[in-house]
Order: sequence, then C-alpha cells, then structure tokens
Amino acid sequence: MEFFKYTRTFNFMGKSRAAMIFSVILVLASLALLMTKGLNYGVDFAGGTIVQVKYDTPAPIDDMREKLKSNKLFDGASITEFGAADEVVIRMKSTTGSVTVDIGDITREALQSTGNFEIRRVDIVGPTVGAELKEKGIMSLVLAIVGILIYVAFRFEWRFAVASIVALIHDISIALGAITLVGLDVNLDVLAALLTILGYSLNDTIIVFDRIREGVTDSKSTDLTNIINESVTRTLARTTLTSLTTFFVVFTLFMFGGEIIHSFAFTLLVGVVVGTYSSIFVASPILLWFGFDVKGYHVKLAAKAKREVEKERMRDQYESGVM
Amino acid sequence: MKLNYRIVVFAFAIVFGLFFSAPSLLQMQDGKKVTLGLDLQGGLHMLLGVKTEEATKSRIKSIAASIKHFSDRKDILIDELKFNESSVSFSILDVDDVKSVKEFLGEIDGTNISVNGESFSLSLTPKEIIKTEKQSIDQAIETIRNRLDQFGLTEPVVARQGEEKILVQLAGIKSQEEEQRARELISRAAKLELMAVDEDRNARVNSMSPSDAAAYGDVILEDAKNPQMKYLVREIPILDGGMLTDASMGFDQNNRPLINFKLNAEGAEIFGDFTGKSVGKRLAVVLDGKVYSAPNINERIGGGSGQISGNYTVMEAKDLAIALRSGALLAPIYLMEKRSVGPSLGADSIKASMIALIGGFILVIVFMMVYYRAAGVIANIALIANLFIILAVMSLFGATLTLPGMAGIVLTVGMAVDANVIISERIRELIYEGKSIHKAIEEGYANAMRAILDANITTLIAAVVLYAYGTGAIKGFAITISIGILASMLTAILGTHGIYEMLEKKIQKSKNNRFWFGIKG
Repeated sequence: MEFFKYTRTFNFMGKSRAAMIFSVILVLASLALLMTKGLNYGVDFAGGTIVQVKYDTPAPIDDMREKLKSNKLFDGASITEFGAADEVVIRMKSTTGSVTVDIGDITREALQSTGNFEIRRVDIVGPTVGAELKEKGIMSLVLAIVGILIYVAFRFEWRFAVASIVALIHDISIALGAITLVGLDVNLDVLAALLTILGYSLNDTIIVFDRIREGVTDSKSTDLTNIINESVTRTLARTTLTSLTTFFVVFTLFMFGGEIIHSFAFTLLVGVVVGTYSSIFVASPILLWFGFDVKGYHVKLAAKAKREVEKERMRDQYESGVM
Repeated sequence: MKLNYRIVVFAFAIVFGLFFSAPSLLQMQDGKKVTLGLDLQGGLHMLLGVKTEEATKSRIKSIAASIKHFSDRKDILIDELKFNESSVSFSILDVDDVKSVKEFLGEIDGTNISVNGESFSLSLTPKEIIKTEKQSIDQAIETIRNRLDQFGLTEPVVARQGEEKILVQLAGIKSQEEEQRARELISRAAKLELMAVDEDRNARVNSMSPSDAAAYGDVILEDAKNPQMKYLVREIPILDGGMLTDASMGFDQNNRPLINFKLNAEGAEIFGDFTGKSVGKRLAVVLDGKVYSAPNINERIGGGSGQISGNYTVMEAKDLAIALRSGALLAPIYLMEKRSVGPSLGADSIKASMIALIGGFILVIVFMMVYYRAAGVIANIALIANLFIILAVMSLFGATLTLPGMAGIVLTVGMAVDANVIISERIRELIYEGKSIHKAIEEGYANAMRAILDANITTLIAAVVLYAYGTGAIKGFAITISIGILASMLTAILGTHGIYEMLEKKIQKSKNNRFWFGIKG
C-alpha cells in the first residue's frame, strides 16, 4: 500500500504564509487562554490534597458534600466524578502536616454514614514540595530545550536549531492552550507528556531537516524553496505513517488507559497532531525565512572537503618521510 | 540464506530478552523480576521533614540533666539551674567549686561557656547547632529504618532526599489500618524520660498554671490513661531514653501487656543514685510527654531495668517496644508529601494500561503488515523483540515499572516502528529509482541511519532530563522510554538489517516487490 507517490513535488512552501497565519492565530489564542483562564495547577504543583473514593453504588455526591461541610478542613473542597459514577475525587487546598492523622482518615470518618466505600488514593502535597516540584518542572522543560538546541546546532547549523526550537515552543504553547481550554489539572504526568511532545515533535522535525540537509549538500540547485519542498514531499509518507502509528497507540491509551492516565494521554494526543503539523509548516518555512544560504553552505562544505584533502596530503607526506 | 553478524547479534538479543523477561512474565519464583511501582501494586509513599530546631532544644535539655547529675554526685550546691531554647544557666553557692565545675563543663563539646563570678551560662556554638541538626536528620533516617525493618513489610525504602528530607516507601500495604499502624510507628517520638515528681508542690498541681510550674523549675504532665489527672514533675529529667539498651514486650501478673526496658551502665548508675536518695518519693515514667506510671520508690533500685505499663493491646505494646528499641527520634518529623494507593486501584491501573498496550500493539502490527507487507512483518519482529528487551533490561536492573512507565512502553510501540518506517520508505524510493535490491537495502539503511540517530538522540536528551528532574512515578516513564529507544537501535536497525541480508537472495530472485515491500513492480 502507498499513501503518496513521489511523482510530484508538493508546493508546501507556497502554503507557508497561510500556515503561518493559522499558527499565529492558534498560538495567540492559546496565550490569551493562558493569560485569562490560566492553567489549572493540580495538587502536584499547587499543593493540596486529593482523596479518591470508590463506592459500591453510584456515589452520593450531595450527601457527601453535606457530611464534609461540618469540618473546616474541607472548606472549598470540590467533589467530582472520576471516570465512573461510583468513583469520585475530593480535591482541596488544605493539607495536613501530621504523619499519624491525615486527611484520608478524617475523610473516612466524615463519610462513614454515606454508604459502602473504599478510599483508593490519598495524595497530599505540602506547599513547599509543590513549589519545589513546580520549580523542577520548569527547569526540566528549559533544560530539555537548551540541550536539544545545542545538539541540533552542533549536528546541523544554528538556523536549524532556532527553527526547531520555534516549532517546539509553538507546539508546547498550543498543547498548553488545549489543556487550559478543557480545564485539565496540570500535574506531573502532564509535564511528562509535554516533555514527550518535545522529543516527539523534534523527532519529526529532524527527519525533515535531515532530508533538507541532504538536499542542500547533494543538490546542484541552490533554490532553498525547491529543496525544502522536495525534502518535505519525500518524507511525507514517513511523517504521516509514524504520526498515525503513534496516534493509534496514544488514542488507545486515551480511550482505555483509565482515568488516571487521561490527562497524560490527552496532552500527548494534541501534541502528536500539532507536532506533525509543525514539522512541515512551521519549522521548514522558518528555515526559509532565516535565509539559509545554500550557496554559502556549498562553499563551506567545499572548503571543509579541501581542508580534509589537505590534511590527508600532509599526513601522506609525513608518513612517506617528505616532511 | 546466509548468516551474518547482524542476525547473530539480533538472535542473541532475542534470547537475552526472552530469558531475562521470563521471570517477570511467568511470575517465576527465582530470577530477577521487574518491581512494580507503588502506583501499580498499591502502597504508601511519604516525604518527611524533620523539625531540626527541636533537636537543639533537646540537646540543651540533656546538658542541663548532666549538670544536675554532676552536681548531685559531687555534692556541689547549685542554684537556679535553668534552660531555655538555646542556653543553660545556673550559679553555684560555693566559690571553691568554680574550678571543678569549669573542668566538667569543659568536657562538654561544642559549647560556649561564659562565667561571671559564680554564675555560669552555656550555649551551643553555631557550628554545634548545625551539627546537631544534621545529626537529627541522620538519626531520624536510621531510626525510621530500624523501626520499619522490624515492622514486617518486605523491603521498605527509607532514604534521604535532598539535604533534609526523608523518603519513605512502603509497598504491599493491605489495608488502611495497616497503613495507620505504619505511620504511627514511624512518627512516634518514643522519647522515654524518667522524671522526679515534685512532692513538695504536687498537691497543688491542679491550681497551677504552666508558668507557675516553670517558676519552680517544674512542668505539669498529664496521665496517659486519665488526662484529667496531672503530675508536677521536675523539668530536668533524671534520665532519658538515650541510655536505653533494650525494650521488649512482656506481661504483668494480670496477663496484661507491658514493656520491659533495660538501661546501660551509666543509666543504671544514675538511676541507682537517684532512687537511693529519693526513697519515699515518686518516680514518673514519662513517654512522649505523658506520665505512664508514677510508682513510689521504696528502696535504691540497682540493675537498671524498669517497666512501662499502660492500657496496651498486644499489637500496640509490640510496636512501642520496637520504637523504644530503635531509639527515640531526636526531633519530631512532619509530613511534606504523601501518596497512598490502595491495592485495588493499582490492579485497575495495571488492567487499563495492559488493555491500552495490547490494543495499541495490535493496531500498529496490523497496520504495518497491511502497508509494508513482508517489510512490515520484519518491522513487527523487531517491535516484539523490543518489548521483550525492555522488560528484560528492567528486570535485570531491578528497575521499577510505574503507571507512567507503562504509558512509556505503549508510546515506545508507536515510536519504535518509526525507524523501520524511515528505512522502508528509503528502500522503496531507491527501488523506484531503479537500484538493485542489494543496493536499495544497503543505501536505504545508510541514508536512514543519520536521521534515525539524530532523532533518537534528541528524544533521549528529553528523557534524561526527565529522569534527572522527575520524581517518583515519572522517573519510571523516563526509564522505559530510554530503554525503548536504545533497544530499538538494536532491534529496528541492526536486527531488521540482518534479516534483510539473510533474505536478500530470495528477494532478488522473487522480484515480487509487492510482496516484499508493498509496492508495485
């Protein structure tokens, strides 16, 4: 089976202006969402408590609310269904610092008369730990981006590095925007998903860039637009296929992976789609706009080759005893 | 068909994968297995902080106690022995004793001593305070570890995290009650003190305020069984639990559980001296600030052993004996983070992620087969080998498989075929260009290699950062992704190349590109 034939080069760069407008709108909308609605930090980063309760019957949420009212600890607690009608999570800002008595126990006592239930999960994150996790989380995103920037600059050229980073920031912003839009709790798993998007989207970008690099080196043509169009077309089948297989697995994870993995899978799902799009329509056009100089690159390559030859000659001379 | 080094290496990799993943897959008794994370098997994860400032306070208190004991032994009359949070002060009545007191104080490490005539004042040096605080963390880790080792769970984890946090991980906790017991055992101060009841003023204890008591150098303590009942005891203890050598559960004459304890030689001596001098008075046995008993002293008690009786159940007495034996916590601990997962939730998570894994796996395998035909089958062999190798490597290193780790494996299934997609596309291209099968395969691999390497290394960079900065379950994700990427280099690149080399002659002969690569021709 074949999705694409290499008989014709698609003019991707011709669409780059429209794509650019589309991307800018998406990113701006995401930023606007982030600014107005804001990210909904979960307990991992904001600190607080989560108690997950599973009942034998559908959870009596109203009754639970009534029972929890009596204790000040539960002020502002929210009770929401978690994946199924018999399972709920109670979220609150407060935490307990005592090792022996914790909110899990208190909740169990408070809910005693509401039916037959089991407390399946208690997460308590104190404010200092929350702040620390947040700091570490931001650090890890920044470090990953810097590490990748350095690697790509080293393996390709600085313009490639900058273009791929712009694409990454584009992807992360839109993913964050989508998270804000549906109001997901941002926890450690979402951060892990964001870092995976970094790796994944970059993967796609690099495959395209590798083709462009190859095109630039081998091609007689010095028209970058042509080279890029050809390279994107030639990698199109691969880009689509890998995106599809990844999309398949992430989608099954999203559908069947259970409630706990839901936010992680959702973030990835958005990331796979946006990452694929950005490697074609964001990273490559930026390379074009930066005015990557094919002629200059050829000259550089020629000079490098010449140096190699010169070195080789010197070595030969040295070994044969001329020098 | 001919053998080549690639296929041999690949075969070894498969054998390695099957062999080392077998113990985990078949749940065999022997052999190294993958450890399931707390989120999958259920358990308790806690990050504890230590109130280190309390350690300095108790250090000061024990210095005060040793001064008291010294002066009693040498019959030095001292007055107004007092201590607060950071210093001890007292004065002596007889100027002749200044020299011997100075000598004694000089032996106490890490203190600043100021003498003003007959008045003395001691405080800890800043260096000593830091040392004491650091020690209190070390000691808390050691103590909690000792206690949990005796609690009866398999492989409890107690480790330092960062400068001053303690990580406690308990797997396999079955019930809320068991968790509660474990938490109580961990956090119990288990500070045993033997204190003298202030018999002169004890009769008035109910009308006294804490500050009244402090004015006499006393404190008011509650009875453990009956909080209404109060005792007035001397603030400076005769002994503390640091001189305890052993504690065990026993029974009294009515067959009720109690705790027997033994003191070391120094403790026994102090205890003997005190009881000899205080016949007719009462001695309060104080545990964690509550009076458990206050027996009359009838005679000098040598030998240095005693009992704590309370309304214990056998379980409570056992846990308390463990806590006393493992030593007191120098400073109280508090909860910074807790994650507890019930066993049923863990089982549900395993089930859900397995469904996702199998579902995703089947989708990818079928897709590859339909799209690439034989080339897809070859890629699928590599993918299956990859899964076994991930599991084998994790088993071998005893790595922990968490829920995000499972997600990582699912993701690897999607991403590991990427290398084969790139290679197959390259081969197709070269065949279209009219290259021979041999050339197409060799050049296809050569061309694809650079891109695959660059792409994998950048993903690896992200995974390593995630491992370094991630905590707990997230680390598991970084581990499976990293192993998956590395294993895919072996299976998807080297392994499939070997298979192609082996089949090359056959492919050339058949000339059926539709069968082999899913394209016309």
